[in-house]
Amino acid sequence: MKARLERTTMALRVAKEFQDGDIVNLGIGIPTLASDFVPEGRTVLFHTENGAIGFGPLASDPAEYDINLINAGGQFITLMPGISFFDSALSFAIVRGGHLDVAVLGGLQVSERGDLANWLNPRRGVGNVGGGMDIAVGAKRLIVVMEHTTKEGEPKILRECTYELTAKECVDLIVTDLAVIDVTKDGLVLKEIAPGYTVEEVQAVTEPKLIVATDIREIEL
Amino acid sequence: MKDIRDGATMMVASFGGPGGAPSQLLVALRDQGAKNLTIISNSVGMYGFDPEPGVPKTATALSFPNVTMLVENGQVSKAIASFPVSPSSSRPTAFEKLYLEGKAELEVVPQGTLAERIRAGGAGIGGFFTRTGVGTRMAVGKEHRVIDGEEYIFEKPLRADFALIRALRADTYGNLIYNMTSRHFNPIMATAANVTIVEVDEIVEPGGLDSEAIVTPGVFVKRIVKRTREGDQ
Repeated sequence: MKARLERTTMALRVAKEFQDGDIVNLGIGIPTLASDFVPEGRTVLFHTENGAIGFGPLASDPAEYDINLINAGGQFITLMPGISFFDSALSFAIVRGGHLDVAVLGGLQVSERGDLANWLNPRRGVGNVGGGMDIAVGAKRLIVVMEHTTKEGEPKILRECTYELTAKECVDLIVTDLAVIDVTKDGLVLKEIAPGYTVEEVQAVTEPKLIVATDIREIEL
Repeated sequence: MKDIRDGATMMVASFGGPGGAPSQLLVALRDQGAKNLTIISNSVGMYGFDPEPGVPKTATALSFPNVTMLVENGQVSKAIASFPVSPSSSRPTAFEKLYLEGKAELEVVPQGTLAERIRAGGAGIGGFFTRTGVGTRMAVGKEHRVIDGEEYIFEKPLRADFALIRALRADTYGNLIYNMTSRHFNPIMATAANVTIVEVDEIVEPGGLDSEAIVTPGVFVKRIVKRTREGDQ
């Protein structure tokens, strides 16, 4: 069967990257979905910019909703033993100081060298920068998860970003609905590919030349 | 709030939803009417006050008095923020419309840089170098320096005439404790204004707070206002 990955499937693939003991920050959108898919046997503590580490799953019952217990996207979260709370300056000391093991952000464009553009759509002219710039420079490992192409079918992985940058040379791994791509010094390495797709089909919607991994395989979930 | 004059710079704590937002102080500021205000805040108001139908799935969809109210009342001329506009271009905030009409100034600041500039302002630090924003539009016109092989940009401190903040509980010395993720910008804004006014759910006598749990020492707090309507956001 040939189908682009659903949003939840992309999130599932992202979550496979989390290692036991990681402190992880998830951006708004597809990244947030990854919190549901932490692999069995691994404990991950989630950080949120508004000032908490170690919170539980999203609150499912409206009776649990508490305006004083939310993530940076405004979603209601839950308590977990060991949760800690802190102010915004400390929260970003954690971010910039290299204390996040993994961060997952959405993307509008990623360049061949791992530059990220994700905060300003030029058609709107004004945007919310939020904490993305701090996270992009501060996280030890940055994963970008996004659709491989725009709604119009144009590549989002480009030789150079044309939108306003979030940070330069910050992306380590790109997970899309078509592929998993490592950003290396030598260029973009195509490691995994959506079921039913060929390398040529992925290359056709990717502007820079992809280096095909010797052990390229179907996306593993 | 009487001494807030036209042209004042105001820090207003916020993080998307009603948690940790000084909503009753904002109502008082609207009624007081000071104009030409500069707002330093994470976000510059939410979409409006119409609650979404059904049970809101996020705190940001809840209706509560926020900076939008001041914008609609013609009191805001400038904002310094990291989330200045609505997440959705189809539901612009009052500030976004004002800015796009050229009737308000806006300085967009990365959230961590905003927090650290406020912290620096409150701590008497003349600025700091950060890697955040290097190679982006945030770096334009700023001093660059290479430190231990990494490129940094210089960011200046922020201070305000007044900070409007929200805490869970105060004692009469102004010592404050907060409520979970509603802490966010409150403790740092408390340090960075000439006059910090805190809105609290409860005021207790000295000794009524666990001294080890106090986050903001009363030295930073000039005025304490107890919320009046129970159960209100």
